[in-house]
Amino acid sequence: MAQGSAARPWRRTTTATQAPHRPAGSAIVRSRENRVLLGVAGGLGERLGVDPVLIRVAFAVLAIAGGSGVVFYLLAWAVSVEPDSDAARDTPVRRPSARQALALGLVVLGSLLLLREIGLWFGDQIVWPIALAAAGSAVIWARSDDRDRARWTIAGARFPGNPIEALFTGRVGLIRIAVGGLLVASGLGLGFANTGADLAAAGNALLGVAVTVVGLGLIFGPWAARLVHQLAEERRGRVRSEARAEMAAHLHDSVLHTLALIQRADASPEVVGLARRQERELRAWLYRAPVPPEGRLRLAVEAIATRVEQRHNVPVDVIVVGDAPLDAAAMALVDACQEAALNAARHSGAPLVSVYVEVEPDELTGFVRDEGKGFDPDQVPTDRRGIADSIRGRIRRHGGNATIVSSPGDGTEVQLRLPRGMGVPR
Amino acid sequence: MIRVFLVDDHHLFLSGLRAELGGEFEIVGEAGEVDAAVDGIRRTRPDVVLLDVHLPGGGGRAVLEAVRQTDQDIRFLALSVSDAAEDVIGVIRAGARGYVTKTISPPDLAAAIRRVHSDDAVFSPRLAGFVLDAFHGDLTGVVDPELDQLTTREREVLRHIARGFTYKEVARRLHLSVKTVETHVSSVLRKLQLSSRHELTRWASDRRLV
Repeated sequence: MAQGSAARPWRRTTTATQAPHRPAGSAIVRSRENRVLLGVAGGLGERLGVDPVLIRVAFAVLAIAGGSGVVFYLLAWAVSVEPDSDAARDTPVRRPSARQALALGLVVLGSLLLLREIGLWFGDQIVWPIALAAAGSAVIWARSDDRDRARWTIAGARFPGNPIEALFTGRVGLIRIAVGGLLVASGLGLGFANTGADLAAAGNALLGVAVTVVGLGLIFGPWAARLVHQLAEERRGRVRSEARAEMAAHLHDSVLHTLALIQRADASPEVVGLARRQERELRAWLYRAPVPPEGRLRLAVEAIATRVEQRHNVPVDVIVVGDAPLDAAAMALVDACQEAALNAARHSGAPLVSVYVEVEPDELTGFVRDEGKGFDPDQVPTDRRGIADSIRGRIRRHGGNATIVSSPGDGTEVQLRLPRGMGVPR
Repeated sequence: MIRVFLVDDHHLFLSGLRAELGGEFEIVGEAGEVDAAVDGIRRTRPDVVLLDVHLPGGGGRAVLEAVRQTDQDIRFLALSVSDAAEDVIGVIRAGARGYVTKTISPPDLAAAIRRVHSDDAVFSPRLAGFVLDAFHGDLTGVVDPELDQLTTREREVLRHIARGFTYKEVARRLHLSVKTVETHVSSVLRKLQLSSRHELTRWASDRRLV
């Protein structure tokens, strides 16, 4: 089973992130994963423990306030280093904290006031509204709250987790950015035109801000809309699954019981077979995992029963212990088991075929058994010989062995053993 | 004659059971929900209770827990259409001596009742598979090695049962006496009931179906 082994990879990851491995001394390492322009803000963010989005906003605000942000950005780039290949993954990443974000905000505010004193200033009408708007959106985008982040991650991989990334998805992305960027620029341009003008221009400054906001809306709007839509979809899904569970409980009580009753009654074999198939299908539907575990051995083995029962109307009991990915060896085992089960259903005359598959750490075992008429393995009729050979062939090609134990009047058991590759996850 | 009490909320199924078992066993009472079942069982003191796992008012497990507080020597055989591991392991851990599915043939059911009555455990192939699955894997979290793992022999016996062999066939194939096979199975049942192996609970809830 997966219980024990499931814990191990997790532990491995933790030790990796804890490794105090940091390249190039204490220099700022530009971020590889978290990069919009040159990775400077990402690196600073990781270093300071602040969400990189906040750093970017800080640079942007300072850039508006007389262009000092650009200078700071280039300076930071000059003193930072590129991450070396894989080592960057091992650098400890400080969790973004509210305290550090606040500190950063105060530094920006202080710089702004300083710049205002010095005279590197576009005017109160422009810088303050933009600084406020930027701070506000930073709070929205940063979502440094871990719980929030976890919820968004759980909501599914299809979620656009990062708005910056989301920008570049889809063909219209670039056009949107161009139009949005143009609007932002023209908004700022309007603000520029007003610098130094009299107080009557305050209205124009507001227009500039409005245009900027529209531009930003164009850039990030689709992402926000998609997010809202997907949250609603998720909620609908939850309601659906609750309704389903209720219905499943009801069906479980009524229909499954009836199908069980039919199977115990002295009905004709066809009716019993029908009830059994129906039960299996209903059960599969009722108990279906929300995400079907594709490519798992357990599922593949369980599917054998349906196939054999459909073709020969002989019930097949399938028991699987453990589970494994459906690799080539597992596939060979499933195929061989199915062939053996079909063979038993066709020739043995037994009322039941039992299939047992176990996943052990170093091998896969499979047993297909019937209590039918059996045969002498040394004197097999040629038609059955072919089947036996094909089962053996499949298993041997994967380094395993197949034994057929049978004697006339005493049933048949096909025993299959296949080695598993070392280190294959269970 | 073995005295049997039937607990099932499905009337059709109940009447079917009564008809099948009436000749061989003395049916001393029946009930369709938890409280009535507990009262009836305490009053009639049957040898064996056939207990449906799913019952209105708390499930078969509630019946087991209530009755076993006052009467330790009444034996329970769990019966269910559900193959849900959590339910099955739940009633076994609450004290049932075996588990069979409702599709079991009447002669097999009668044999199972007799087996439970003689204090042996009844392991269907499915239950054996569940137990192997639950005790599968590495031994992280083992508290009591005596209770928390199966011996090689027990594992071997269970594997044969899961492969569809009867106790008698298992004995013949492993060159044991039937009594020894029964002892192994009872020992597995005891471990299943007493083990604190945390995977057991986690395993069962991982396979929670409905």
